[in-house]
Amino acid sequence: MEDLILKLKKEIIGILNREDITPEDIDAEAPLFGDGLGLDSIDALEFIVLLEETYGIKIEDPKKGRKIFYSVKTMADYIQEHQKN
Amino acid sequence: MELFITRYIQLKNRRVILNGIVEYVSEEQSVSKFLGSVYGHSNIDYSKFFKMDNLSKLGFLSVELLLQGTDILQKYPGEEIGIILSNASSSLESDEKHQNFIRDRNNYFPRPSIFVYTLPNIMAGEIAIRHRIKGENTVFISEQFDPGFLYHYVSELFWNRRVHCCIPGWIDCYGDGYESFLFIAERGDRIKRFQDLPEGIPFDPLNLEKLFKGESI
Repeated sequence: MEDLILKLKKEIIGILNREDITPEDIDAEAPLFGDGLGLDSIDALEFIVLLEETYGIKIEDPKKGRKIFYSVKTMADYIQEHQKN
Repeated sequence: MELFITRYIQLKNRRVILNGIVEYVSEEQSVSKFLGSVYGHSNIDYSKFFKMDNLSKLGFLSVELLLQGTDILQKYPGEEIGIILSNASSSLESDEKHQNFIRDRNNYFPRPSIFVYTLPNIMAGEIAIRHRIKGENTVFISEQFDPGFLYHYVSELFWNRRVHCCIPGWIDCYGDGYESFLFIAERGDRIKRFQDLPEGIPFDPLNLEKLFKGESI
């Protein structure tokens, strides 16, 4: 799980194109959207693409994204759960 | 109605040049690293900057540094300020990146963060959002900087009272090449004092061409 969380943090940094932050700067349990990283709806779409392209998980209902992408931890949980199935 | 250029800026050849004076020289050769170094040097805190494509970054930084230290945003309501930009390369760099992500039907993963920058108007939009500028907002594509066209278009906006202040210029970025030239145009009767250019520069095509080329007036 820790490896997956670290991998996700690196991928999020890549999506955000932020060379100035490190995985350690991202709290795995903190909300991803809101003030912190300045994420917006386009980033949510990027996360949907990330899950499909990298992890082979397709989110059919975008409304579920709010829960799935709440934090790095919730993303990791979702990936782990759906890759098992 | 007399129009004046009250401040101008250029970002090119690793330099930030304000009113003809070199303010900052970066060691960075690549476009993205140069833009990153200007951002870091300028004490700007705007996390969305990092998500922009290079064209929008260049436009964003040019306006940011052009307006820094001025009272333009206090003096004019957002509805009275226009942004009239032009360039040769449109958003071609982002267009090509997007095409690379969609050309293989078996590996078809368009990236939303790239797709949103496949219009040069997005650059103008980023600037407008940042500074709450709500006036005329346009990007024209031409092979070269066209001072005559820009002069006539911007003058028309002033004469029709569509704007009382305008930020026009040239923002071009493609591959290794980048160049920006932006200025503030204001009506003579609305200028209380020329902060940086004591006598102001009359807004006309000849002066625009000279400033663009870095020649003195």
